[in-house]
Amino acid sequence: MSIPEGIYYSEDHEWVKVEEGVGTIGITDFAQDELGDIVFVELPQVGDEFDKEDNFGVIESVKAVSDLYMPVSGEVVEVNEDLLDQPELVNEDPYEGGWIVKVSLSDESELEELMDADEYSSFLEEEA
Amino acid sequence: MKKTALNQLHHNLGAKMIDFGGWEMPVQYTGIIEEHQAVRNDCGLFDVSHMGEIEITGSGASSFVNRLVTNQVDVEVGRVVYTPMCYENGGIIDDLLVYRIKEDHYMLVVNASNKDKDFEWVSKKAPADVEVKDLSDHYGLLALQGPKSKEVLSSLVDFDLSDLKTFRLVNQKVDGKEMIISRTGYTGEDGFELYLNPEDAEPTWNAIMKAGEEYGIMPAGLGCRNTLRLEAALCLYGNDINEETNPLEAGLSWTVKFDKEDFYGKSALVEAKDAGIDRKLVGFILKGRGIARHDYDIQVDSKKAGFVTSGSFSPTLDENIGMGYLQKEFAEAGKEITIMIRNRGVKAKVVELPFI
Repeated sequence: MSIPEGIYYSEDHEWVKVEEGVGTIGITDFAQDELGDIVFVELPQVGDEFDKEDNFGVIESVKAVSDLYMPVSGEVVEVNEDLLDQPELVNEDPYEGGWIVKVSLSDESELEELMDADEYSSFLEEEA
Repeated sequence: MKKTALNQLHHNLGAKMIDFGGWEMPVQYTGIIEEHQAVRNDCGLFDVSHMGEIEITGSGASSFVNRLVTNQVDVEVGRVVYTPMCYENGGIIDDLLVYRIKEDHYMLVVNASNKDKDFEWVSKKAPADVEVKDLSDHYGLLALQGPKSKEVLSSLVDFDLSDLKTFRLVNQKVDGKEMIISRTGYTGEDGFELYLNPEDAEPTWNAIMKAGEEYGIMPAGLGCRNTLRLEAALCLYGNDINEETNPLEAGLSWTVKFDKEDFYGKSALVEAKDAGIDRKLVGFILKGRGIARHDYDIQVDSKKAGFVTSGSFSPTLDENIGMGYLQKEFAEAGKEITIMIRNRGVKAKVVELPFI
């Protein structure tokens, strides 16, 4: 199970990587493995604004439909359009090619409520 | 949760387990799409021991079973018949396989989630000249499915599998163990189902996996069982058919034998047939992005015209497919329909079934 250092994790199994006030968001390796073969990702639109924990999209695997929840508040500045034709990128490369949206963070202090890699790792152990 | 005899083996194989009708069952081992393709191209082995087995014996067995179900089951010994079983009102109690094991000995193979309801119905209707037994705990069930199934199984039996035709059963040994073997399945591929003593389930599973190694066999979970059966347009009870649907609208008219003696649901079905059904189970392929799921609305000209019963990504077609009930006037191949996916209309086209 891959849990890279240097990024933030939510209890909904999403990750946020922050660079110059922009957060790149995706789902974790654990989440993609739980979902199984991903066949569809419903993306928001650039310009959409979301509060932390808002539902911003949907991810579907062969076996289930799951909502995506914002780990932080912000405005969507880019969506990963590669996922429209290659949703399997989320399975194959959850932390790089399988990113889902980029948002300009409206409140960077929200990052403090998220977990780091060690904390997320313990969180997964507790959940198991 | 109930567990099959192979529960520990599934855990050891790293399967993802889910609650399926009160049973802890493997939904996938390595991945639904990979397992799906193994079954379509080579073969896969399923543990479907959760299925229920109801035995009916006695001098009245044949006429009783024929009264219970809509299809003709007064057939040669050794035949297997797919059939709905209906209430008096024509609603489907369950869909099942009827095995004629001997002249006066039948086995009904029923859906796990319906087993108790079925057993109660059958017991209540049973006349004095039959005996009804729930043998579900006495049987494990393995399904070997896919084009290589025959080659894999042939190394473990000492009779010619070519003699076992589709929808036939035989009592034989597999790897030295007695069991019922039928040439049946739920994937749209050639294959065999093995009804065996639960104690023999693990050694038989291992023997088949070993024999299948050179043919690319994979353990296959309920996830790909669903995508496989949907591509083959085989109904799933609880999704495509239930107590509110009758066999005629579900595309199962071929299983309703109006010319046989009386059966439960006959008069209601005759009436429905004469009145003309007003909806039909159809297949469709989505033209836009998204996956149709159970209970999503189907619209035609912005008005509700039906609902989705099953939908999935189809690994074989690389398209998103589904089935659903559609008002009869729209239920023809080529018709453009709209599936409402989370309040967004996605175009789809009605197609002939099966999908593959």
